[in-house]
Amino acid sequence: MSPDECRILSARFGRPDGHRLSVYEREGGYRALRKALGEMTPAQVTEWVRDSGLRGRGGAGFPTGIKWGFVPRDAEQVYFFVNADESEPGTFKDRYLLDYDPHQTIEGAIISCYAVNASLCYIYIRGEFGWLVDRVQKAVDEAYAAGYLGRNILSSGFDLEMIVHKGAGAYICGEETGLINSVEGKKGQPSIKPPFPAVSGFLGRPTIVNNVETVASVPYIINDGVAAYRRFGTEKSTGTKLWSVSGPVARPGVYEVPLGIPFREFFLTHLGGMAKGEELKAVIVGGSSVPVLTAAEVMNVNLDYESLAQAGTMLGSGGMIIIPASFNMVELIQVLMHFYFDESCGQCTPCREGTGWLHKIVKRLRKGQGVAEDLRLLDEVCRGMAGMTICPLADAAVMPMQSFLQKFFHEFEDLVKETATPRPISRWSRGE
Amino acid sequence: MNEPMEVKAAFELSEGGRREFQRLLKRYPTKQSAVMPSLWLIQDEYGYVPSGAVDWLVENLSVSHARVWELLTFYTMFRSEPQADYVLQVCHNISCHIMGARNIIAHLEKRLGIRLGEKTPDGKFALEGVECLGACGHGPALQLGKHYYEHLTPEKVDAILESLRKDVIPRADTDRELEE
Repeated sequence: MSPDECRILSARFGRPDGHRLSVYEREGGYRALRKALGEMTPAQVTEWVRDSGLRGRGGAGFPTGIKWGFVPRDAEQVYFFVNADESEPGTFKDRYLLDYDPHQTIEGAIISCYAVNASLCYIYIRGEFGWLVDRVQKAVDEAYAAGYLGRNILSSGFDLEMIVHKGAGAYICGEETGLINSVEGKKGQPSIKPPFPAVSGFLGRPTIVNNVETVASVPYIINDGVAAYRRFGTEKSTGTKLWSVSGPVARPGVYEVPLGIPFREFFLTHLGGMAKGEELKAVIVGGSSVPVLTAAEVMNVNLDYESLAQAGTMLGSGGMIIIPASFNMVELIQVLMHFYFDESCGQCTPCREGTGWLHKIVKRLRKGQGVAEDLRLLDEVCRGMAGMTICPLADAAVMPMQSFLQKFFHEFEDLVKETATPRPISRWSRGE
Repeated sequence: MNEPMEVKAAFELSEGGRREFQRLLKRYPTKQSAVMPSLWLIQDEYGYVPSGAVDWLVENLSVSHARVWELLTFYTMFRSEPQADYVLQVCHNISCHIMGARNIIAHLEKRLGIRLGEKTPDGKFALEGVECLGACGHGPALQLGKHYYEHLTPEKVDAILESLRKDVIPRADTDRELEE
């Protein structure tokens, strides 16, 4: 397949007019909506999406059709949320989807709402994307005017309201229960699952939260069918994936490729290798919250859910951060620990305190005030956080921290003063 | 709210703002849900959320002061104090850091004569470090209001500052035609 044939989500990226309804319609837009509403039952739509193998593209990778299937069939009121709170460091693909092609996501959302019988849909856009809020609102207005939203859509009897909701600066709202709480008018603090939102979400009603890229994949599946979608990717990681690539490669940007492509090929052909004068040191493949891979490790992985899990990391959001040899890993982990400390919502003690400790210890090391004991302490704090909290933010801090420490231990060790007197450590950190 | 005897500060939304407020009430099943978009509406009009606006929301949305204040303080984009004319928010997260955000911040500090987190004495500029803006492949990047300036270099920063000193907001990298 040629690279262009693989561009089922990104065909209009980079075009000045791709956001316009007229352009989208001319290129086959809203045909999938007509097909779904006119020829398919909601159960069929769910079945197709399930059979396509589409998995949530926000980070968790949960099968979309199965998630939809959790909504109780007899539910009176169902809500649907499009998660455009894109805030995972290294990730900027949803921004492209909404900027260059908002109607694709809107069409996907309408079809998704039809499948789960939702009558109200919120598109939650992070507040920093101020210009995108305007662009998406304009596209939603166009869709209303064209009869794709509102009452009795395309004379099918299906009604749907779509509301653009603007966030206000909180990474945690990207977590689905945090996002729901935020739209309820509360702090964006996650809730304990179960109950899962598909059973009890917004205002206690069944609610589906799907990432922008997930939703944007739906029109293709409905138009071209399950078999066509499954031509892309591997048996378990089907379809295409948008990779946001940042760092000093020759050509950073957003790329759509079939899942399963070897990193080496992606790196050399799409990204053009490293920028002149730069040497590859490490790669964080799935957004800042997944374990880092060394240059040697990454050259042997394929870019799909299973291969990356086997390599000890995760596909995550596909936010690929390229780390050059010119950077010290302790310096970079300090940047990341500052981020998680800043963004911890504060409700769970292991996360609120743990992220603060990790940041403080790394900072101390970099100031030359660290001692050998600190390296063990970093690991112990991590073990006191992982899996101990309501949402995965603590894990998201622990995974880069532990992997940086394990794989680049000498860089941490280099910062420790050999001559320093060991600090007294607490009973807790000695494991008593 | 801290001092119960305090006289409530007068607060008014513009006529357009009041219309918008009525419109957004219809977009949410509960009044509580409308607090966040209302805070945006107020901040867009005033540049920040004055304390009188909190009382106004409490009255008009039948929610408690605590509910309004917790949103105002939890979400970092909401401001409860008057802001500088131009708040330059430079991303200092990992991708921008690798692409040179430190140099950009140092350059801005030098040009503005302030440190990160400070405001110029004339109240024209403020310089802030912020977490990932989702501009990772376009870094280093900064946010000003609704827009991003990306692929920053010291020269580009100088051009932006020169323009802002004349109160002309230069075309941003995220400015694209919104009209059909």
